[in-house]
Amino acid sequence: MSTGSLQARAEGWLGNNDVRLLIALALAIGGLYALFSVVLGFQLNGTVNTLRRVAFLSAIYAMLALALNLQWGYAGLFNLGAAGFMAIGVYTMGILTAPVTASPPGFGLPLPVAIVGAILVTGIIGGLAALPAIRLRADYLAIVTVAFSEIVRLTLRAPEFANTRIAGVAFGTGGATGLSLPSNPIRVLFYTDPATTAPAPNALGAAIFSAVEPLGIEETLVIGWAYVIVLCLCLGLLYWLMIRIGKSPFGRVLKSIREDQQVTQALGKDTRLFKIKTFALGCALMGLIAIFWRLSGGYASPRMFKPIQTFYIFIALFIGGTGSPTGSIVGGALFASLLFEGPSFIRRVVAEYLQLSNAPDTLVSALAELGTLDVTPLLAYSVQDVSISALRLMLLGIVLVYLMQRHPDGLLGHRKAIASSVALSQQATREDDNE
Amino acid sequence: MSKNGHSARSDQTRNGQQEQILKVENLRKTFDGITAVADVSFHVEKGSITGLIGPNGAGKSTTFDLITGVQRPDGGAVEFNDTEITGYRSDQVANQGLVRTFQIARELSEMTVLENLMLAPQNQAGEAVWRAVLPRARAQVVEQEKELREQAWEMLELFEIEHVAHESAGNLSGGQRKLLEMARVLMTDPEMVLLDEPLAGVNPTLEEKLIDRLHTLKEQGYTFLFVEHDMDVIMNNCDTVIVMHQGSVLTEGQPDAVKNNEKVLDAYLGEEVKI
Repeated sequence: MSTGSLQARAEGWLGNNDVRLLIALALAIGGLYALFSVVLGFQLNGTVNTLRRVAFLSAIYAMLALALNLQWGYAGLFNLGAAGFMAIGVYTMGILTAPVTASPPGFGLPLPVAIVGAILVTGIIGGLAALPAIRLRADYLAIVTVAFSEIVRLTLRAPEFANTRIAGVAFGTGGATGLSLPSNPIRVLFYTDPATTAPAPNALGAAIFSAVEPLGIEETLVIGWAYVIVLCLCLGLLYWLMIRIGKSPFGRVLKSIREDQQVTQALGKDTRLFKIKTFALGCALMGLIAIFWRLSGGYASPRMFKPIQTFYIFIALFIGGTGSPTGSIVGGALFASLLFEGPSFIRRVVAEYLQLSNAPDTLVSALAELGTLDVTPLLAYSVQDVSISALRLMLLGIVLVYLMQRHPDGLLGHRKAIASSVALSQQATREDDNE
Repeated sequence: MSKNGHSARSDQTRNGQQEQILKVENLRKTFDGITAVADVSFHVEKGSITGLIGPNGAGKSTTFDLITGVQRPDGGAVEFNDTEITGYRSDQVANQGLVRTFQIARELSEMTVLENLMLAPQNQAGEAVWRAVLPRARAQVVEQEKELREQAWEMLELFEIEHVAHESAGNLSGGQRKLLEMARVLMTDPEMVLLDEPLAGVNPTLEEKLIDRLHTLKEQGYTFLFVEHDMDVIMNNCDTVIVMHQGSVLTEGQPDAVKNNEKVLDAYLGEEVKI
């Protein structure tokens, strides 16, 4: 491909309104968190780290929303078991990479092999889980999948499988204590021997670390940002992939299944196969994205895969609007930055500037004080560290009710992308004929 | 128009004798003890327009459902083009070249008229997800899409609905939906089409147009079996008429013979039928 055509292609992408919207959104979120950091008096390292965390979570939730959009937005498959498939992906990878001598032991496979294995396992289990539900209506599929996801989580937590041996093969999930995962693979770029605890930087690592050291930026932060950049590239790839699928004849069949399965079948499409394939593909993607999510932390435990995780992804999808890949990214980024991370930053800002004491023990008693028109107890309760998850849930509820009332189709509204690989106008037909 | 080239269409007669494309033998279906189709047997000749009539509740739509695999029969057999298709799923039936429309037009309302048409053709390369994505394979998909687009525009012109090509199908009028549904089944390149009340809710001008298309398509070799309540339409346009009553075939034959059949008159006037 020549430089000229690459440049033309890049200009084409940047000229695209959706891409411009996404770039503007990223800048806006970045600006907001830079402001938070200034208000909270963070050093440069703290500010850059805040931005990294927000960018990381935004990218992860945007990708998860894209995967769910394939199932729910395109094909109308109501997968309430996303957390379970994410867990399968992460644990399969963890068990495949864990050294044979570790406790719990694993298979000692290299990470890339384990990731491919995890994608396959999650995809196959996703396809199998869809089998009994394939003839069912959307609500039954939801019940089957949410139950399935809980079975997965409880199985992973069960002490019986924490360190076990089946058919002579020793492996384990680590039970409730969780499972150690390989260290962040991006370290390979910066260290000569990344597996060791205090590795020596390679040429690239040494150059970058010494360049950012005077700014007070730590090595771990450089690695963290490198990981986020790779994630953003993956997000871009997934976005492109979803647009391609949406515009393909495959996507066209999915759209028609969502609308009327019987008619689609009457036109000669084997809707069962399309549904199984879509479900398997979506689940495999969820497994892979969950691996991206947990690899940076180096650790996984069953409590990370509670059903609330699935609801988070649904909320992200609803915010942006189902059926549109751009909407999924907007929803994922807004969910992660404002709803998920927002409350704790607001809490810190409030705590920094308002001196609040004597916080009530429960939300109910905090609300009861409102009767005397005194909002301080509620404010004091809200800014406590322990009440953040309650506050987050309350905020999610409010946002959901607002969305249902005002924007049932999501913030980007109902977007109709034409499901076709070519322009459909009659003029386009004639132009082709004249070629 | 033919893409898959169901060649049988062109040789509708063999040795001067009409070929039977659809054979239905002793079809039965009950729902919770209520018999919808008691014992239905009939044959449809290739290249014909055959009418299926009968009072409400005679079992016409259920018969359609049983033939096209929307429901499984409790007994009996369906043979299409000498292949037994009893118990086939509806997509398998459609892939044999036998497609149907529904009594109430079921357009895919959130998709545009063109998308509705582009969906229908069978054996689309881009229906395999990897071909839809990988660059080299996608080139083949794009080529096929261009061909389908051309077919779709031809079909729109045939049914004179090209002015609503980019409209969401949900915005069409009742009559336009009927036209779209017929255009859509024809896009599957079928040999035979079952039309369930294609003229219900269609204004007289449009009705004439639709019937006109039916005859044009018949000339091209398509076979039609259609349910209709308007006796004039049936009597003036069908080669053969099959009359159903209370889940069974009452009689079948040329329109004139059927029209004067006493049992048919009784059935329509609500008299007790003595068979």
